[in-house]
Amino acid sequence: MPIMQANTPTGIVGYGAYVPRYRVPATEISRVWTDGVGGVPIKEKAVAGLDEDTITISIEAARNALHRAQINPALLGAVWVGSESHPYAVKPSGTIVAEAIGAVPHTQAGDWEFACKAGTEAMQAGIGFVGSGMQPYVLAIGADTAQSRPGDALEYTAAAGGAAYIIGRAEESLAEFEATYSFVTDTPDFWRRPQAHYPSHGQRFTGEPAYFEHSVSAVKTLLMELGRSAKDYNYVTFHQPNAKFPQRAAKMLGFEKAQWEAGLLSPVVGNTYSGATMLGLTAILDIAKPGERILCASFGSGAGSDAFSLLVTERIAGRANMAPTTQAYIARRKEVDYALYTRYRGKLSMK
Amino acid sequence: MRDISIIGIGQTPVGEHWGRSLRHLAYDALHLAMKDAGTERVDALYVGNMLSGEISGQAHIGPLIADFAGLRGIEAVKIEAACASGAAAFRQGVIGVASGYQDVVAVVGVEKMTDDVGSRLTAGLASAADADYETVHGVTFVALNALIMQRYMHEYGLSKGDFANFSVNAHANGANNPNAMFRRAISKETFMRAGVVANPVSLFDASPMADGAAAAIICPTRLAREYTDKAVHVLASAIATDSLAVHDRKNPLWLQAAEDSAHTAYRQAKITPAELDFFELHDAFTIMAALSLEAAGFAKAGQGTRLAVNGDIALDGKLPIATMGGLKARGHPVGATGMYQIVEAALQLRGEAGKNQLPHARLGMTQNIGGSGATIGTHIFKSSE
Amino acid sequence: MTVEIARHWRLNSQRYSLIGEECPACHYKIFPPRDVCPHCAEEAGPEFHFSGNGTVFSHTTVHTPPEGFEAQSPYTVALVKLDEGPMITAQLTDVDNGAVEIGLPVEMVTRKLAEQGDEGLILYGYKFRPQMAMA
Repeated sequence: MPIMQANTPTGIVGYGAYVPRYRVPATEISRVWTDGVGGVPIKEKAVAGLDEDTITISIEAARNALHRAQINPALLGAVWVGSESHPYAVKPSGTIVAEAIGAVPHTQAGDWEFACKAGTEAMQAGIGFVGSGMQPYVLAIGADTAQSRPGDALEYTAAAGGAAYIIGRAEESLAEFEATYSFVTDTPDFWRRPQAHYPSHGQRFTGEPAYFEHSVSAVKTLLMELGRSAKDYNYVTFHQPNAKFPQRAAKMLGFEKAQWEAGLLSPVVGNTYSGATMLGLTAILDIAKPGERILCASFGSGAGSDAFSLLVTERIAGRANMAPTTQAYIARRKEVDYALYTRYRGKLSMK
Repeated sequence: MRDISIIGIGQTPVGEHWGRSLRHLAYDALHLAMKDAGTERVDALYVGNMLSGEISGQAHIGPLIADFAGLRGIEAVKIEAACASGAAAFRQGVIGVASGYQDVVAVVGVEKMTDDVGSRLTAGLASAADADYETVHGVTFVALNALIMQRYMHEYGLSKGDFANFSVNAHANGANNPNAMFRRAISKETFMRAGVVANPVSLFDASPMADGAAAAIICPTRLAREYTDKAVHVLASAIATDSLAVHDRKNPLWLQAAEDSAHTAYRQAKITPAELDFFELHDAFTIMAALSLEAAGFAKAGQGTRLAVNGDIALDGKLPIATMGGLKARGHPVGATGMYQIVEAALQLRGEAGKNQLPHARLGMTQNIGGSGATIGTHIFKSSE
Repeated sequence: MTVEIARHWRLNSQRYSLIGEECPACHYKIFPPRDVCPHCAEEAGPEFHFSGNGTVFSHTTVHTPPEGFEAQSPYTVALVKLDEGPMITAQLTDVDNGAVEIGLPVEMVTRKLAEQGDEGLILYGYKFRPQMAMA
């Protein structure tokens, strides 16, 4: 059986989103680099403020998850942060987040990296930790303040944001994990060497052999193993590097607009990397009703995809408004121009 | 306890002394004061200074200055209380002489600020605030005063114009002080037009930072006549403290340490505030002038600016303040400021204040504020006639 | 810059999440934590977790920052009156400088306070932002 199911059923007992306040419109980027000629892949992207990074994003998302879970943070058996923009090369983001939310010292903490799927990997590991009975709760976070080379195609979309999930036993959960599955190969579509500031990518190679092959395969296998099809799900969300890819993946797998609409955030927040799929899921959980099914599949370059099948429980009722919703963060918006954006992202050479 | 008198004073002009170091500046003031007192020896030297370590990389300046001034061997220590270092050093001198431990004592306030300029100087000054709970949030000294002023204006329904006369008065008086940094009168319009430093504080609310040194020689009153016939008597010397951080104060708009030290001083001098002929207050910012007037008993809470608006603070008003320009126009060499105030009070009481001489100067008070109000020293002086 | 590790590290819990104290004698809520209650001078008490909600008591914008804070300048600092009683000094974030009013309801967030250069530590701590709507 390639799909993963824990001995003890697990689920999401709390979730939280975070999107920074600032937005740079894609047309503003094209104004600078193409004289406004040609199309743009999204409307606008979220930009972290001068005092924000993956750690601060993770802390706020984690606090929101705790508000919805209503559990004692000291019971978190692990605090894991998945990101490709950890503020320190050496020194865990996880310990700072764990300290800030009151999970220390009787906890496990650490950082994950797998391009844009580092956070969902932490979720899968959390399912294992809780499902095996080793810990009552695990906090899995995906957050990024993604960098992109000025003028590169990625600059239109590389954004900041994150989401946090507290994984616990199914009977306490707002949504149960029915199964998860991971599909991984060595496919070099996007990477960054240790000392490089900006990532490199294979341009069109990032599409068919990377994003689509992995995302679609992961979902297909999961559906097949569960004996389900697209119509069995109320919602679906994918990794969202732009607006087009996730819509096309949805279409390839037979999903309709009504299923993917709620989880498609990239047109208005951009690609939040490790946060992308996980934010799509928080947006869905904010509106989901008991008994509804959600399918979600991340994608990480390098490459792989983690797919999850979720069943929403009665306990979802009233949880959305125990912390700011994903849409509340999206609505909180302050537009910045390219000049301020370059300052906020540290793109101005100061020495 | 013995009564104390000032028998000599000296000061350097406040400004940018690029060619003179900390020790030179201290010597300049000290030398003038000793010459004025007609003495070549003192028993002890107290140095008021805040930033020698941070700005000039020099701690331990007591012996440095004593030795440089030809006083090697005497007791010499630095006293630090942020911007109130001058008053604090003077009070140490008073205690030394009053107790009988010393007879003739020199006190010099000195600050060398231009050895570093820019953000490091700003950080050095901010070190007078609470490092762990104020400074770590990027708060500067200007910002702390702005926070107080903003709330004060809100609470009492005041506008910027209500503070203008503090600045206009200081600049008018500074114009006639040869040692002042700014010697040009300004109009209310100039004040209103000034650029904002940290809202609502603008350039003409804030005093300028600069180099300077001022000194006084004191001795028991019964010995004073041996040195001079224009001794100035020290009627009161008091210091009080408050929480270091503004946010910890019971009322952030009230200078409790100013009230406490002023009232102790009135008791020591056996006078009421109404008997004072002038008040050298600590107008590092216009808001501090207003708060000082209130805490020292000249105005009710929220009404300090009225004394400025109605002209009471002018040289011909009921309570002249900043008679030689105050911190605003004379300049604010932080650790030296308290000694400048004392030297200027002595000039008035000796009848040597030149064009700014008050016709009737018999009793004068100085008040020196450290930090945002955590250390406040108040002294009262009387002329010898 | 590695000279100030312990100085900041020992304040982690206060800085990250506003953990103060409650006086066992007079129940005054204390922040920052102290050894002696500032209200009744008794020995200060057990940990108290502040909600992080408060209002702006006063505010200003810093245009001339001290060393170490240049990167975020200009920024707004405020005196924030916490709902539980004490007042604290902190930066406001996610606000437009100059668009802040006295009395604005704010909530605590954990943000970067300063960075000790490119190779030093990153300091995190409390700031406040306008209270956010839940939906």
